[in-house]
Amino acid sequence: MAGLAIKAQELIKWFGEGEAKTYAVKDVSFESYLGEMFFIEGPSGSGKTTLLSLISGILRPNSGSVLVGDKDIWNMTSDQLADFRLNKIGFVFQDYHLFPRLTTVENVAIPLILQKHDWNKSMDRAMEYLDILGIKSRAYLPPVKLSGGEQQRVAIARAIASSPDILIFDEPTASLDGDTGRKILDFVKKNVLNEKRCIIIVTHDSRIFEYADRIMKMEDGKITGIEKGESREK
Amino acid sequence: MNGILRISYKLLVNDKAKFSALLVGITFAVFLMVMMTSLFAGILQRSSATVINIGATLWVMDPAVNTPANSIPMPDYILDVVRSINGVKYAVPLYSGGALVKLRSGDYQSVTVLGLDDNSLYGRPELIDGNINDIYAENGFIVVKDAEFKKLGNPKIGTEFEINDHRGVIVGIAKVTISGLFGVPTLYTTYKRAITYIPSTRFTTAYILVGLKSSDAVPYIKQQVAKLGYLALTKDEFIEKTSTFYKYQTGLGVNVLIMTVVSFIVGLSISGQTFYTFILENMEKFGALKAIGAKGSELIYMILFQAIFTSLTGYGLGIGLASLIITIAKIRLPDYAALIIYGNLGFAFVMVVIITGISSYIGVRKVLRIEPFDIFRG
Repeated sequence: MAGLAIKAQELIKWFGEGEAKTYAVKDVSFESYLGEMFFIEGPSGSGKTTLLSLISGILRPNSGSVLVGDKDIWNMTSDQLADFRLNKIGFVFQDYHLFPRLTTVENVAIPLILQKHDWNKSMDRAMEYLDILGIKSRAYLPPVKLSGGEQQRVAIARAIASSPDILIFDEPTASLDGDTGRKILDFVKKNVLNEKRCIIIVTHDSRIFEYADRIMKMEDGKITGIEKGESREK
Repeated sequence: MNGILRISYKLLVNDKAKFSALLVGITFAVFLMVMMTSLFAGILQRSSATVINIGATLWVMDPAVNTPANSIPMPDYILDVVRSINGVKYAVPLYSGGALVKLRSGDYQSVTVLGLDDNSLYGRPELIDGNINDIYAENGFIVVKDAEFKKLGNPKIGTEFEINDHRGVIVGIAKVTISGLFGVPTLYTTYKRAITYIPSTRFTTAYILVGLKSSDAVPYIKQQVAKLGYLALTKDEFIEKTSTFYKYQTGLGVNVLIMTVVSFIVGLSISGQTFYTFILENMEKFGALKAIGAKGSELIYMILFQAIFTSLTGYGLGIGLASLIITIAKIRLPDYAALIIYGNLGFAFVMVVIITGISSYIGVRKVLRIEPFDIFRG
């Protein structure tokens, strides 16, 4: 395994105050590395999504730090955090959150446009990513005209368009049937993961554990264990 | 930034239903505001038609005069006194009054009669048919070919009519810059004939039209006229006085203002509500953009662009529609008094800017408050 991708240290996050105070993440520390598929697994309400938000610069922890490289992302200003998310992190949301009023290729080009690339160049590069993901023929259709699997691929293409070091998948198979879900993960493992990139996947779908290098289990906001995934054991 | 604005543009216009609703709201508001204010501007302009058409630089009148149509005759000696004031190059009387004419058909028709100074014919209209000197011919009248012309049975040169038991003959057909407000035809004749043919009060001079040796003389002349107990107003001041009267002392201004405010509220309600719904429906998408790495300032630019683009498009459509309707109305209804002036356009623009500002403010507040975390939480 190559270098360190993310180092989370003693992360604590609670919501509410007084009697309503609820700990979503309690004293969580872990490391993930470039070149690995790191799964975060646990039941609903275990704090997976909150943890994902804390390490991706979306939700500020009450205490603890998240080191990417040698920098604690929570010492950054809001604009620096936005740049961090844009350049270092790629998100594949559970519901994809594609823009129905834009074409598929425009959806993929959004991170490139946010990176201030020229419109035409952004479209050309977005088209290359659609080609890699095998949906180039769907480039000029609106996302609503695509199947669930195709929409997932568009979301992946958008996530990798900015060439991020860390890719975050939130429940990637939740809206897909088992076969399509496995195909997507298979594709990601073979074509998206590389030694300069870490993929973090939040899931409670045990059918895809075979793709994990390591699996971190969570319950009630705490880590209950980190174990090698089936992929590593093969 | 161009790419972001292009995305913003596509998000806006590709949502055809919302974009149409936004455009309809703003277009409708601008249309109503421009129509109302144009109508008002047209009425105000027509109310000063005599002042504009006669074109004199300085007008002497009774201080109680509110509009050119409601003249209060002055004694003849005032004319002599005005002529003797330093700085006055010339001063001539003008008769302005109403009369009833009996047409060859037997119908009666109200008219406005303007009696021009016999010597100079100062303030005479531009003739499109006939010779101005024929106004001195027996019973000679010049008729103005405006929207009311047909009410005299579309007279030609030589057409006769009866005015207060006197015979009148059309000797010329003229055009004027602006038609009158009250929907009656206008006849020009000489001052002497006017006061002879039309029943008059003891005093007959409605206005004294003053020519100046120099524009610097105006304050002094005004002062001297005021000492006589009368009022001297420049052309612009007389127009302004007339406008002020119609705006504030007839209820016309307040009524138009109320309608304009209603138009503004309708426009603001439709576009503000639609824009708010548009933002609400796109909240998740804006949240996703924020999560992906869009800065708050970029989201603000996107919303401002959407609001400004919609508003300017709606503004253009509203102005275009109002212009079209006014043009068609003027072709079909020659009496239609609507006038689009820069003031109308500026006023509507300011109102649109306010609508845009409020809509944007609502949108920006909403979008800046969204937490990308909510996107993950689903």
